[in-house]
Amino acid sequence: MSKKIKLLLVDDEENFVNTLAERMKMRDMGSEVAHDGETALEMIKDGTPDVMVLDLRMPGIDGVEVLRKVKKAHPEVQVIVLTGHGSEQDQEICMQLGAYEYHKKPVDIDRLVKSIKGAYRQKMEDVMVAATFAQAGDFDEADKVMHEGDKK
Amino acid sequence: MRKLAALIKHPLRELTSDVDDAVSPERYTTLRRNIIALMVAATLIPLSVMAVLNYYEHQNAMAREIQNPLRVLVNKTKNSFELFLAERTSTVSLIASAYTYAELADEQKLARIFSVMKREFEGFVDLGLIDEHGTQVNYVGPYALAGKNYADQRWFQEVRLKGKYVSDVFMGLRKFPHVIIAVQHMTEDGRTWILRATLDTRQFERIIASMSLEPDADAFLVNTQGLLQTSSNNYGKVLEKLTFPLPPLTFEPTVLTMIDPLGREVFLAYAYFPEADFVLMAAKPRSSSLKTWYTVRGDLLFIFVAGVALVLFAAMRVTDALIRRMKEAEDRRELALREVEHSQKLSSIGRLAAGVAHEVNNPLAIINEKTGLMKDILSIQPDFPAKEKLLVQVDSVLRAVERCRGITHRMLGFARRMDVSIEELDLTELIRETAGFLANEAMHRKVDVQLDLDPELPRIVSDRSQLQQVFLNLLNNALAAVADGGSIMVSAQPDEAGVLVSVKDNGCGMSDETMKHIFEPFFTTKKGKGTGLGLSITYGIIKRLGGDIAVESTQGVGTTLTITLPKGQREALA
Repeated sequence: MSKKIKLLLVDDEENFVNTLAERMKMRDMGSEVAHDGETALEMIKDGTPDVMVLDLRMPGIDGVEVLRKVKKAHPEVQVIVLTGHGSEQDQEICMQLGAYEYHKKPVDIDRLVKSIKGAYRQKMEDVMVAATFAQAGDFDEADKVMHEGDKK
Repeated sequence: MRKLAALIKHPLRELTSDVDDAVSPERYTTLRRNIIALMVAATLIPLSVMAVLNYYEHQNAMAREIQNPLRVLVNKTKNSFELFLAERTSTVSLIASAYTYAELADEQKLARIFSVMKREFEGFVDLGLIDEHGTQVNYVGPYALAGKNYADQRWFQEVRLKGKYVSDVFMGLRKFPHVIIAVQHMTEDGRTWILRATLDTRQFERIIASMSLEPDADAFLVNTQGLLQTSSNNYGKVLEKLTFPLPPLTFEPTVLTMIDPLGREVFLAYAYFPEADFVLMAAKPRSSSLKTWYTVRGDLLFIFVAGVALVLFAAMRVTDALIRRMKEAEDRRELALREVEHSQKLSSIGRLAAGVAHEVNNPLAIINEKTGLMKDILSIQPDFPAKEKLLVQVDSVLRAVERCRGITHRMLGFARRMDVSIEELDLTELIRETAGFLANEAMHRKVDVQLDLDPELPRIVSDRSQLQQVFLNLLNNALAAVADGGSIMVSAQPDEAGVLVSVKDNGCGMSDETMKHIFEPFFTTKKGKGTGLGLSITYGIIKRLGGDIAVESTQGVGTTLTITLPKGQREALA
């Protein structure tokens, strides 16, 4: 865990997300920021983050859609949902789509950091197990490991 | 349930229509009166008609049964009289034809003829021969009447005119009631003479006696002038005037009912004689003959009265039951309606609260992060004079944000619970959360709210939001009941069927009378402040969720409301 966790924060509330990014940097996590869904998806194409903190209600592509696309294209990216609008239904959908955790705004920073670290650990485990299967030539199983979060 | 579903489908239409036909107690009174009147009319009219018809039919049948024998008897007796008179008349007529004037004028011969007559026919008293001038030429009998002239007597005129004459009963010269039979005969040479016999009326009495009437009945003969020809028991002696007027003329035996001079209601059977100047009458008091009728009438009356009483009783009972059912149905409908209304209201409040909470959450998050950043920055700064103080301020802001967060999340939770859903839930958590809503008020009033929740409480399948409303209602009521500084104890234990939750307060308690009504809609003791719906909605919810609710209260000591809830919802949802 010596490596810096790569974070992508997605939220249309710039004031909020920029401050959060700054605080994360202070906690040794490299944070990139996207202010809408499209930008977030573009950024993921260039290089995948370890953990993504995602708001649900955004102009353009909304959080749920971003989550779906990210989990499809890059199942290894762990997504933490952080929203002020979430209903119970939203939470259920997100968890089904493979979100790592679901938080309601405002969230305590320590709790969020803990969650991010947990998500990172999960990612590393998944990648490692998948790599083991892949080395053994069992790509199907490797793929299953990477996607199993979807079914949670 | 179907009704409820319909209500939910068209809540507004139902609501408006219900306001219009709100049921007043007077409507039930009118309805009750109408139904009873209708039922009573529908049953009593045919019953009365039947009773009246029966009464008259019976009466007529009874009267006929008494009248017929009387009529037959009168007819028979009249025939006997006619036969008796006809026999005597033809005997006299025969003698008049069979013998010559000379023979009849012979005293010895007439005596012989008379003795034969007396032997053959009872009742002859004497026999006389009268010439055309009215002088009794010859006479046989107990009186010395020979030589007496009858020319100026009525019977003499009559017999000269008609040839045959039967007199009424009269005293005449003999000083006892008798009847004359006179026959006129005409010889070839044109001379006329009259043979005249006297009959003793004892024979009449004998014929009447042969009718063998009951002691209170009476039979007698009268002439057309209304003079009694035989003695009557009740209406005069022989030859006295009958004490009531003669009935209309008819030769057929006829029965009438009349009030006799003694004031009795009697059946009077009578028949006029076509040949003679007589009317035969028989009177029978109605009262004695109708004894059986009176018992029948009594039975009829009893049955009728009993029938009426029974009908009235049944009509009342049936109507009361009907009205009660209607009232219950109406009340249930009303309650269901209010529940829907109430939950709709709560639902819109919930939506509003959710909207506010969402909007507040975002700026709150900004405050949180900005303040958090301030704190982060402060913590990495070397000490400076105001650092500690600043950190305290920042922490204070963060705590305020935390408090706001608690509020908005609770608001969201409230909104979420407006959606009806059956789920598995932890009652302990639900009770704690609900009690949390009221913690502030309780604290202000120094009311000690204790929660004694069994950690082993099983999870149950039920409706979270409805249950929350239930506990909120119960706790609110408890809070309203206790004085400042009182105590409320909420306890939850597993029960054989599910769980048992009780809310106990040491408040004012209530009377038995109040206790009877507390689950009724619109019943409230919080004058002007309560809707009277809380407990009735609670009751409705608990029943719907398959549970039960009971109340126990002592005035001045406190109240305990106990709820049992099933573990599952299978039976409640079925």
